[in-house]
Amino acid sequence: MMLRALLRRWTYLALLATLAAALVGMLVLAPGAFADAFTPESRGSQNAIDIDTLYKITLYIGIVIFVGVEGTLLYSLIKYRARRGGPEAEQIHGNTPLEIGWTIGAALILVVLTVVTFLYLPDIENPPASGPNGLRAEQARFASIDQPDPPRSGGPYLTIKVNGQQYLWRYDYAGGDQLFSYYEMVVPTDTTVVLEVTASDVIHSWWIPDLGGKVDGVPGLVNETWFKIPAGKEGVYEGQCAELCGAGHADMRAQVRAVTPDEFEDWARQTRRDIQESGELLAEQRERGEGAEGQ
Amino acid sequence: MEAGSRLERRIARPEVTLHGIQTPPRGWLSWLTTTDHKKIGILYIATAFVFLIIGGVEALIMRLQLAQPDNTLVSPETYNGLVTMHGTTMVFLFIIPLIAGFGNYLVPLMIGARDMAFPKLNALSYWLTLFGGVAFYSSLFFEPPQAGWTMYAPLSDDLYSPSGGVDAWIFLIHLTGLSSLAGAINFVATIHNMRAPGMSWGRMPLFVWTILVFSYLLIAALPSVAAAVTMLLTDRHFGTSFFDATGGGDPMLWQHLFWFFGHPEVYIMVLPAFGMISEILPVFARKPIFGYKAIAAATVAIAFLGMLVWAHHMFTTPTATVVLAFFMLASFTIAVPTGIKIFNWIATLWRGSIVFKTPLYFAAALPALFVIGGISGVQLAIFPVDWQLHDTYFVVAHFHYTIFGGGVFGYFAGLYYWFPKVTGRLLSEALGKWSFWLMFVGFNLTFFIQHSAGLSGMPRRVYDYSSDLDVTGYNLVSTIGAFILGVGVFITAVNIVISLRKGKRAGNDPWKGNTLEWFTTSPPPANNFDVIPRVRSVEPMKDIRREVALASKAPETSAQPVAPRGV
Repeated sequence: MMLRALLRRWTYLALLATLAAALVGMLVLAPGAFADAFTPESRGSQNAIDIDTLYKITLYIGIVIFVGVEGTLLYSLIKYRARRGGPEAEQIHGNTPLEIGWTIGAALILVVLTVVTFLYLPDIENPPASGPNGLRAEQARFASIDQPDPPRSGGPYLTIKVNGQQYLWRYDYAGGDQLFSYYEMVVPTDTTVVLEVTASDVIHSWWIPDLGGKVDGVPGLVNETWFKIPAGKEGVYEGQCAELCGAGHADMRAQVRAVTPDEFEDWARQTRRDIQESGELLAEQRERGEGAEGQ
Repeated sequence: MEAGSRLERRIARPEVTLHGIQTPPRGWLSWLTTTDHKKIGILYIATAFVFLIIGGVEALIMRLQLAQPDNTLVSPETYNGLVTMHGTTMVFLFIIPLIAGFGNYLVPLMIGARDMAFPKLNALSYWLTLFGGVAFYSSLFFEPPQAGWTMYAPLSDDLYSPSGGVDAWIFLIHLTGLSSLAGAINFVATIHNMRAPGMSWGRMPLFVWTILVFSYLLIAALPSVAAAVTMLLTDRHFGTSFFDATGGGDPMLWQHLFWFFGHPEVYIMVLPAFGMISEILPVFARKPIFGYKAIAAATVAIAFLGMLVWAHHMFTTPTATVVLAFFMLASFTIAVPTGIKIFNWIATLWRGSIVFKTPLYFAAALPALFVIGGISGVQLAIFPVDWQLHDTYFVVAHFHYTIFGGGVFGYFAGLYYWFPKVTGRLLSEALGKWSFWLMFVGFNLTFFIQHSAGLSGMPRRVYDYSSDLDVTGYNLVSTIGAFILGVGVFITAVNIVISLRKGKRAGNDPWKGNTLEWFTTSPPPANNFDVIPRVRSVEPMKDIRREVALASKAPETSAQPVAPRGV
């Protein structure tokens, strides 16, 4: 009897110690790892940063709810465990004011979340104008995602048609002579880049975590998103396809290389020339090939 | 059933001519030919456990593959096959049959009926599910489907998935769908018409409430997926282009039809678990359920709202903002009734006298885990946030917290709670607690850290990942957790096998239960009840125990040291 009581006490102590250890562990690890382990990536574009902020707000509200619920649950489990000679269970059937109270409480939290979301939404959805150090465009165009009217943010921007195909991304730059690339998208900094995403075989999903949310490329439809990498944040941003698209899905990677507008124009000029040259070469080969086959 | 109807005949009719004696079949034939709801229930539950083990092994192979970056244990084709088989198995061949099994076994007993309304239809339901599973797993002999359990077109179309695996999957959906529809109609008919005298809607056990809502949800949601897979079949084989953009179809149609079923399916999978712990928590807290009406109403509200949120699975598709906003707000509203349930469960424990048996461990873990899935669910409902988190391991973590944490832990509670009723023997408490702690720790190790993997940019359904992504540590921990979880589940399987023969004798009412199934013997006779008591409250067994105590005038003895005295 004594032994059993002792064992039971040990079980509780062990349980409490484990929980305490887990909490302390989390707190110790938290400061360093917190930003990385508990929040989305947001190194590059403003929309990613806004999503990150919005996520953090929900996370903090969530942590309060989590601690409240788990704390009350653990407290009642430990405090009200059956004990020899302990108090009997109170035969309570319910409490209407309490029910109404927590219903309204839960609803209020959601109202707060709704308001916060709609406060952040415009900045996440609507691309801003390109900055003064951005790519000089021939003509000013209006960028808008899913809105019939030009938004508050006018200004030049770069449009790139993104096309997912098993298991590669193709990027067609709008305007001027033909300019396209695969896998690596080169973009100028401080310039708003609007992506028109589609796919030519199955559904793919374009996602560079540091540059904002993902958008599905659906065959037959065009989806839009944008990003804008600030000046001084030149570099490579990695991502990969986020919608199961077949055996090569895990290896369908993509990267965005941000360069200064001058570098971008150099790259575009060079690439256009390469494309034109290889096109001419191909046409030549074809002519010769067709001649040889005597068709 | 037989004895019951004979009894009725003896009372009601003057004479019955006997044309010959038919001995009931024995042995395995009795299982093949049975129309008894209890035997069908056991068949369902046993089948579900077999598929749990198969689906679990599939999950463990995936976790092994992901234990380190650039692993080459399985090929990408095999991995995609495992992804598809695991998801499909757990949803259609484990959880749904498990609920059908518990529902079959318990609903007639809980409402004081002698069988389901349509016993033969009931048997048909079971066999359709089994053969659906067999048809699906037959694809192992050619090529399993590899397009994920969501089977998104056009990936699942014949051009990109030419093998018959997708067709096997379509057969599975049709067969289990028919099974669930027939089963659901059977539950509805049974619950509406066959309740014991005095059992009004307000006195119906909460588990029966959830099975009723589960059935209505199935009836409302299944036709959509049945239509979708039929279109997929004709797209694949008969030249139509419902989902093929090049032929004028639209891949989005598949997603809408699939998720119109798929999201209610989530509530179909968890609501009965909510019902179970609403039965189990009060019994072990020695208290009435807190807010019976609120919990029943919340169940109905969740089901209704659950029909209106399907497109939150499609936030990254080309969709207008106003539509996204609608589905975000609709998804938010579900948090209210689910919150109400969680608060009521905790309030049920509050000021109770909680007896720590294995069913209580699993039942109390359910709100603890489900609240995590609920919080991440609200985060995912915010569509700009979803744009980052969609199709990552964050979502994998989220839905395992809801369906495993909020569902399977409840079903394990139910297993430990009702096993003595089904077999007449108790499951071992020691093994049960080992199983619980291993499952609880293993589950959290496996899935909590997957939030971080997703936040760091790891998409779901990838057979490998690069070490550059900084998710190696997360994945290793997750794999270790998965094996701990696996051992936990395995211990319960061992517990079942051992306790079937060697378990402690349970008696009719080992837990001092509240509902009518504890009124009959363990295991119950074929006709369930010789006498069906009149129901006067939501806790008829409490009333009966009180009456018996009064009648025998004996003081309550040490047999029930913690049972409530008086009112």
